[in-house]
Amino acid sequence: MQLLITILLDGLTYASYLFIVSVGLTIVFGVLKILNVAHGAFYAWGAYAAAYAITYAADMEYSDWIGFVCIFLAAALVGLVLGMIIERVILRHMYAQDEVLIALATFGIFLILEDVILLVFGVNPYFAYQPMALLGRVPMGGISRDVYSFTLMALACVVAFSCWWGLTKTKWGKLISVVIYDREISQAMGINVSMVYLIVFVIGAGLGALGGAYVAPTLSVAPGFGIDVIVLSFAVVVIGGMGSIPGALIGALMVGILRAVAVHKMPELELFVVFAVMATVLIIRPEGLFAPAKARTI
Amino acid sequence: MRKQFAYKALRSAAIASAVAAAAMTGATAQAKDTIKVGVVSFLTGPAAGPFGVPGKNGAELIIDAINNGELPAPYNTKGFAGATMDPVYTDEAGGNSKQVAEYRNLVEKQNVDALIGYISSGSCMAMAPVAEELQKLTIMSVCGTPRLFEEKLRSVVFRTQGNAVGDSIAAARYMTEKFPDLKTYTGINQNYAWGQDSWKFYSLAMEKLDPASKASSNPQFPKIFSGQYSAEISTLSLDKAEVVHSSFWDGDIEAFVLQALVRGFFEDKKFVSVVGASAVDSLGKKFPKGVVMGTRGPYGLLTRFDRSRPLNNWFVDAYKTRYGVYPTGPSYQYAKAVLYYKLGMDKAAAMAGGFPTQDQVIAALKGMEFESFGGSVKMALGGGHQAIHEVGYGITTWDKEKKAPSATDVKFYSAECINPPEGTLAADWLAQGMPGAKC
Amino acid sequence: MLQILRSDKTIRWTLVGFFVLAIAGNFMPAWVQNNLMFGLARGLAVLGLMVLWRTGLISFGHALYFGIGAYAVALVDKHLGVSDIFLRLAFAMGAAAMVGFALGFILRKYRSIFFAMLSLAFSMVLYGILVKVEALGSTDGFSVSATSILGWTPESKYTLFCAIIVACAAAACMVQYYLKTGLGALTTAIRDNELRVEYLGYSVSKAIHFKYIISAGLAGASGAMMAMALGQVDPDSMVNWTVSGELVFITVMAGPGSVIAPFIGGVVFEFLRTYAFELAPHAWQLIVGGTLLAIIFFLPMGLWSLLERIWVRKGSSS
Repeated sequence: MQLLITILLDGLTYASYLFIVSVGLTIVFGVLKILNVAHGAFYAWGAYAAAYAITYAADMEYSDWIGFVCIFLAAALVGLVLGMIIERVILRHMYAQDEVLIALATFGIFLILEDVILLVFGVNPYFAYQPMALLGRVPMGGISRDVYSFTLMALACVVAFSCWWGLTKTKWGKLISVVIYDREISQAMGINVSMVYLIVFVIGAGLGALGGAYVAPTLSVAPGFGIDVIVLSFAVVVIGGMGSIPGALIGALMVGILRAVAVHKMPELELFVVFAVMATVLIIRPEGLFAPAKARTI
Repeated sequence: MRKQFAYKALRSAAIASAVAAAAMTGATAQAKDTIKVGVVSFLTGPAAGPFGVPGKNGAELIIDAINNGELPAPYNTKGFAGATMDPVYTDEAGGNSKQVAEYRNLVEKQNVDALIGYISSGSCMAMAPVAEELQKLTIMSVCGTPRLFEEKLRSVVFRTQGNAVGDSIAAARYMTEKFPDLKTYTGINQNYAWGQDSWKFYSLAMEKLDPASKASSNPQFPKIFSGQYSAEISTLSLDKAEVVHSSFWDGDIEAFVLQALVRGFFEDKKFVSVVGASAVDSLGKKFPKGVVMGTRGPYGLLTRFDRSRPLNNWFVDAYKTRYGVYPTGPSYQYAKAVLYYKLGMDKAAAMAGGFPTQDQVIAALKGMEFESFGGSVKMALGGGHQAIHEVGYGITTWDKEKKAPSATDVKFYSAECINPPEGTLAADWLAQGMPGAKC
Repeated sequence: MLQILRSDKTIRWTLVGFFVLAIAGNFMPAWVQNNLMFGLARGLAVLGLMVLWRTGLISFGHALYFGIGAYAVALVDKHLGVSDIFLRLAFAMGAAAMVGFALGFILRKYRSIFFAMLSLAFSMVLYGILVKVEALGSTDGFSVSATSILGWTPESKYTLFCAIIVACAAAACMVQYYLKTGLGALTTAIRDNELRVEYLGYSVSKAIHFKYIISAGLAGASGAMMAMALGQVDPDSMVNWTVSGELVFITVMAGPGSVIAPFIGGVVFEFLRTYAFELAPHAWQLIVGGTLLAIIFFLPMGLWSLLERIWVRKGSSS
């Protein structure tokens, strides 16, 4: 029982983290049809920006609560600046290209952004533990757990809800669905598709950055931060169905809990299970568990 | 146009091969003004901040000092056998195969005279065969897996750092002496040579030193640089074992400490860290008190304010002045390797009566005993290629007066107390109950 | 078949080019030889990717076969003491082609991004196993002992250099021959209109399956050659997803124009990386990434199209 609770909570913590990181990826794929490898770089930039701001605030001896403000500001800033630059300067000229070729271009962007991090922030790691330390711990299932990971779960719920609400209940969300369904017709109807693309990409980038910014306090923020995240979030997105938000949620839960089971019961399989699930789902349901309805183009 | 290009290409190829040939014949005792040495450490990736850059700084500092003859006596002769060292700093990140390619480039393209460095045990194991193939003197400075010299004797590879056997046995001795009541232990170590060996020798030593002790059936081996240990910390917390052994280094130790700290992990478990002292410095006051901490030698946290000797004092002062922080383990370890190279070059030059060949330098380096910063180093194992030296542990605390992290209950174990004699495999020596150990 | 060999200009030039390179290699400094070996070895995998790309498929997981080839060499070396180049290659290519054959049944039904993703998943499964299993070397991998040829262990690397050149020349010619004949010619046709190809009475999935096995075998040979040239295998520089990314990068950089292009691309990549690493150890990824973007934007048909353009201009002016 103790073990069960622990596995469940470990799994949920990891799943929340995976969901926040991958939801931006799936939104961008759903709308722009871009498999964005540079998403890992947004994650890393978010983490660096947040860690930098938090350590700065700590040096200035502001209250530790400022850390939470730093996290969200950093994510928004990274999303806006990097997202805008990359969409406007590079991706906008590529939409006519083959999907896989665009993915390769984002791989190039990823490599560049990785090194720019080194040039901007240096190689020394950042420790921005204040927000996590501030919240302390609670006993649960016979062991202590940090409260911070529960706020991570809450954040995942908030993000999931806002995405659902934003896409289904607002005017912008409806515009987006129209653009997903048929880009050319919506353009003909007078929708500013280019603007929709820009906004969606910025939101996607911002969510990637938020994932990084929010876990930054739990980690040593150091170079090479984004590499493993990319394939993990690919796995999550593919399992759930590329472009589907509930899919990303289910994918994150599956990967998170299976990994937790593996760590507790068979540590050698920890990485293997993630990709084995990804391959299995692709074999059984190539479009993922929650494939969004697809418009026929023929 | 094309003809001209072809001619140019041919000419540059001819020049390049002539240069290569010259470098080969240069191995005879022809005097040199400068020697080129590859200095390899992590410049990018997660290990750069806590290990690679301090290591590189340590090397940089002492290379400049030796080039200018500024070291305290008796090391104050200028240069390496009179030659100035021109270091080529290279990145260790990116995986073993990439490193092998870079090693070949350093030797065959940049024509370095020797290589100093390598932090990860993975790099060292991968580099040793190439070094042997290319017959290039390589002094490894930090890595710790004993497999390097136990699997094979090497002709051109040296290591100035004691291996994981000594670190692990010292840890086990310290635990059985200071905490004889803690009988059960588990571990979290990275899943590669260093982590696997550290755990193996720690448990072997515990078995012998305290037959009543018991290892957990579920030690953790996460991949190096994974960074997120939430689930692993849960597993270790659920485990009934009282002691947790870890050989984590690079950014992993900091990440683990931060995540475990907030969950009160260090209040419930006695944590033994073989090489986590870099985290004590970087986390400062935040680092938990009461952790059993090692430094892999007489330097850093455990000996910062004692071991006053001219060389050690000079190093600490010069390092603090130039880089603004205290030197950490890797800084000492890189500086030690450079110092060793200088001593070898000078000794070989004196013996040969001129600028030494690589073979003469190797003969001089073999089995050398020398005084390093905090203590003496003996190249006693692996046919005189592997160093042994004392290793100590202490318990972390915060020094209120100096406003710096510090250690109490520091105890050092002599080299002969924690290392097998030459010719005996560490595992066999442990199985026999460590006969002949001089403590 | 001989007819084609004699009449095909590409094959003739390939053979001449590689022959000249083999002779020239003898006079090159060791580091140039090394980088050429790495570049050409990688070129083998890229050649396989190009075959797939011509049908419109890009695999983001060919590090799987590259890794299988490399680890096959390391494992038969470690456990069976096999050092012979032919045996090593046979094991590597056999293992890679067999896995390719098995997975091909699944992958041949997939196209575009799904094909890329499923390939990625398979390669990461192997990565996940390798880094966690101690018996397979975990993140350290293995060293590979020197390579021998029929019982003779050569002193210098030049022999291996020549062996790699022979393998590359053979592979280039065979692929060229294959692309000119029968099912092999169905590359662009499949990319442009699968349905029409089916109506012509060919099985698209069989054609793709066969090409997939070829590319798997070539990637296996590539990994094997790399392992022998380097003397080291490890998961992070041979099986991780970044390796697949690099292979696709070289494929796009080289361009689909010719069977020689992959080898030129491989060599250019190797030198680009060596120099970027030497000049800017902190920013070499930036240089590599920038090159990738520049190629995609300004040379969508790759370096080969640049060569072709120069060639054509020369031809018309003289």
